[in-house]
Parts: sequence; structure tokens; C-alpha cells
Amino acid sequence: MMITLRGRKVVGGCAEGEALVTHDTISGWGGIDPMTGTVIETHHELRGVSFKDKVLVFPGAKGSSGWSAAFHLARIAGFAPKAMIFNVMTTKIALGAVVTRAPAVTDLDQDPLTVIETGDWVKVDGDRGVVEVTKKSPL
Amino acid sequence: MRLTDQEKAMLDGSEGPGKQKAMDLLVRYGEALGAERFVDVTNIAGVPGSSTMFLQNYYKEHGGGSFEDVFSRFDLDSDESVPFPQVGGNCCHLQGGMDPELWREQGMSREAFEHQQQDEAEVERHGIKVLKTCTPYLAGNMPAFGEHCAWMESSAVVFCNSVVGARTNTEGRESTSAAMLTGKIPDWGFHRDERRRGTHLIQVDVPVESVMDWGMLGYFIGDAVQENIPVVTGKLGPPDLIRHKHFGAAAASSGGVEMYHIIGSTPEAPSLDAALGSNKPKEIIYYGPEERRRVYESLNSNGRDLNVDYVMLGCPHASVEQIGEAARLLAGRKIRSGSSLWLFTSRAVKSVADLHGYTKTIRDAGGLVMTDTCSAIGRMLPQGTKVVALDSAKQVHYLPAMMGIEAWFGSTEDCIQAALTGRWAGEL
Repeated sequence: MMITLRGRKVVGGCAEGEALVTHDTISGWGGIDPMTGTVIETHHELRGVSFKDKVLVFPGAKGSSGWSAAFHLARIAGFAPKAMIFNVMTTKIALGAVVTRAPAVTDLDQDPLTVIETGDWVKVDGDRGVVEVTKKSPL
Repeated sequence: MRLTDQEKAMLDGSEGPGKQKAMDLLVRYGEALGAERFVDVTNIAGVPGSSTMFLQNYYKEHGGGSFEDVFSRFDLDSDESVPFPQVGGNCCHLQGGMDPELWREQGMSREAFEHQQQDEAEVERHGIKVLKTCTPYLAGNMPAFGEHCAWMESSAVVFCNSVVGARTNTEGRESTSAAMLTGKIPDWGFHRDERRRGTHLIQVDVPVESVMDWGMLGYFIGDAVQENIPVVTGKLGPPDLIRHKHFGAAAASSGGVEMYHIIGSTPEAPSLDAALGSNKPKEIIYYGPEERRRVYESLNSNGRDLNVDYVMLGCPHASVEQIGEAARLLAGRKIRSGSSLWLFTSRAVKSVADLHGYTKTIRDAGGLVMTDTCSAIGRMLPQGTKVVALDSAKQVHYLPAMMGIEAWFGSTEDCIQAALTGRWAGEL
């Protein structure tokens, strides 16, 4: 089955891929290893997991002001996520999404952290602010 | 976004390609935020143009490896290289990657050192002050109350908003570099009165006195409120600059705190009503002896082996008083053979520590006072480090995860004891 969520553009463009969902906010510099696209923060639920080519679904950004530079590095090293979906707008995530150049949306009409599960197939249309979710298993 | 004529001129290239690329990035950033306009900024702190060997080598193969190439393609997120004009306003460079004199001890190559020297000369040549510190407010860049700034470095941002009452969001490398060329940043978040009022009330019911206490309280609050704005009240001695520095750095690491209020202490919190404005607290959070014990245990959850081989002090960069305290604790004593003690600060503060003889006292005991960087920023440890002792909750948050080592957290005195004996004996 397919579920459609509507929100607003953060970064334009279209991308699709497998969802990687976390309920923990993500720290950029010092929280990810840009050279492998892996979360490294000690107590993080995705510790050791790579977001390369995933549609990353998360509450938002925290931590160091090196957030944008860390994701920017991940992009040029070839380990960036394909798209980003998040709930809480901050300067870290806004700038980070812009320089990651991956389609990104926020302010969705349903909570993406509830609707989307890791492994679901997700299409992100950044310009229209539309997210289409195909569940991996029936609800 | 609605642009002024001056901003439109920058965006259409009338003021040169450097400002055009900078404006293009800032417009994309402002639209991502949902901002409606820009605000003029007069004080900008970032890390313009700095490049690791990875970045330099990458851009050598993708458009060019010069300072201008890296600045254009990474800092301004441009697909082409453009000339880098002189910056406007009061701009400074924050922390860097290695000590300009002790880089060999830090395990850096001559090639990396020479490259850093070239970057630094370019920064200086373009009109940016080389402060090389995460504590610009201790090294020659103190904003004024109400001044609109564009700062990065989360511990400096929270200090700027909360302790000084100047106004900045947590900017990144790309936005600060673009602001250095344009003097603009999106008018969003902490530039606006309504965003600066408190959202959560923290009731402190256990004495918070030492620097370590303040670090633990900050770490607890950051985790509890995430990116919200805590208003702290209760059993609090009035914090001095060092306590603010450790409290804010910790709260910005465990969460995303960019501003806090301490009733009767910080400039925008003369009273609870003033700190909250029209907000009703979303939550009232209690910090008592049990919470204090739990945060201490959490900060020590990376420690197992009591044998400590490295002590790192100076996160955020040490003040003169902190270096003086370390010198007093080390005077006439020797760090255990096989252990290292590195204390990090800015060049400006170190020159005063040199004058007072603190640097020499620490060196005579076997420790080193280093500038510009820290173990996390420079990703450098004394050779063979397995277990580190730290007096900074922020550094505990980052260093063990980044470098794959164990860590203990305690007071400065606990850490110096560990350097002298080689054993961790810290207690709450």
C-alpha cells in the first residue's frame, strides 16, 4: 500500500530509496563519519549504521556547528543520503540539507517518524514537498 | 525571500562573482529555513577556506586545489572557482587543525603543517583575524549586547546569545564564509525577539558550584530540552565566565541548546517573566541529587580501565585562570612516565600564560600547553592512547566516539591527579 505525506520544500529535486528511520536527533561533526556515511555517536540508536543512498528520516539535527560541513564532506566522499525527511527546522539542518544537495522536505501533514519504518520504499519530491511511502509489509 | 536592491545587486553579479556565489548560497539557505529576509551582520566567526589533506586532494582532481578553489567550491558550495575578495566587517577565524609550533608532537606531517601555514596566510591576507580558537570572546572578539552576528562553534554561539546577549544562530562553515563576503544572514531564529524567550523551566535542587557541577548540569539540560531554551532557577551560585563556558558547551553537545537564561544572571533574564516573555513553560524539569548522579554515570560510561595514559584539558579553550590552576596543581611535580598531559587554549591566552610562567611550570612537570585546536578537532592523540581523562562534558561527548578510546570525566584536579599517578581515582 502507498501513503502520501504533504509538507514543504527544503531542497528541491526528486529521489527515491529505502528508508532509514531514527527517533534520535543526529549530530553531524563528531556524530557521523563522513568518510563512511556511518553514525558514530556513543548512545545513538543508529550507531554503526550507514545512511549512504538511504532516505534518512529523523527528528532533526543537534550538536556541533560542523553539521553542514560533515554532511557536505559525506556528499563529496560519495556517502550522502539520497534524500532527507525531518520534523524540526534548525539552521544546522537547513544549511546541511542545502549543501548535501539531496531533496529534503519538512512540515509534513503526518508525523513521518510514525508513518515510515526502516525498509519502506520512499519517493521524495522536494519541489512539491510530497513524500510517497510504499510499506515493506502490509499494515 | 524578499531581497533589498543591494542584495539583488549582489545576487545578479553586479558586485562580482564571489559575492554572487555567496548570495546564491544564502538565498538557498534562507529559503530552506523559511526565512523572509536577511539581516545585516557585523561580527562573523567561522573557519573560511581551511582544508584537510582529503579536501585539498579531492579538489585537486575536481576543479583545483588552491585556497580560492576550496573556498569557492566547499565554503560557497559553488560549481566553479571564483575570486575571493576582501571580507567586510569584523571577521575572525575560529579553531584550526594543529599547533603552529607543537605539530610534530601532535603527530602531524610537515606537508600538513606547511599546507596549514599557507591557508592561514590567505585568511590573514583577506582581512580575517587569525584567532584560531573556539573561545573568540577570550581572544579578542567580544560582541556587544544586541549585535547581530553570524557565528559557528556551538559553545561560542550559546555563549554569544546567553551570556553576552548578542544575536546569532548556530551557523555553519558555508554560511559564515558567505556572510563574510556579503554581511548578510537569514533573519530567522535568534535574530528575532520572539525566538529568544525561554521554553522550559529547570528547577535545580542540588548545589551547583564547581566548574564540574556546571558542566554536568549543562549536559543534563541539553539532553532534557534538546534544541529548546531552558530557563534555569534554584540552588545556583552566580556562574563566572568559566562556569558559563563549560555549562553552555555541555548543553550544546548533549542537545542543541543555543540559548539559555539564568534568572538574575544572564542579561535577558532579570526576572522569570522577562526570561519567558509570553511563553508558558512547556515542561518543568527537576535536577536533584539523583539526576546529578545519573549524569555523572552517563559521562563515565565510556570508562573501564582505571589506568589513564592521557589527560586533555582546555575544552572549550582554557582561560588564563584555568591554565593558572593547572600550573598550581602541577608545580614542582612530575607527570607519570608514559602519560601525557595536553592543555589547549588560544594563542592570545597562551601569551598571557607565558608571561605568568604558567606554560613553563606545566612544561617542567611534563605537560604541554598547545594552541589552535584540540584532540577532537585535530583528531590527534599522544601515541598509543587508550584511556583519556577529561574535565569537559563536551569533550567526553565527542572524543571517545571519534577516536575509539575509553574516557573518564571528573574535575580538573581529578584529571591532574590521574596524570601524576597514571590512575583514575575520580569520584562524585
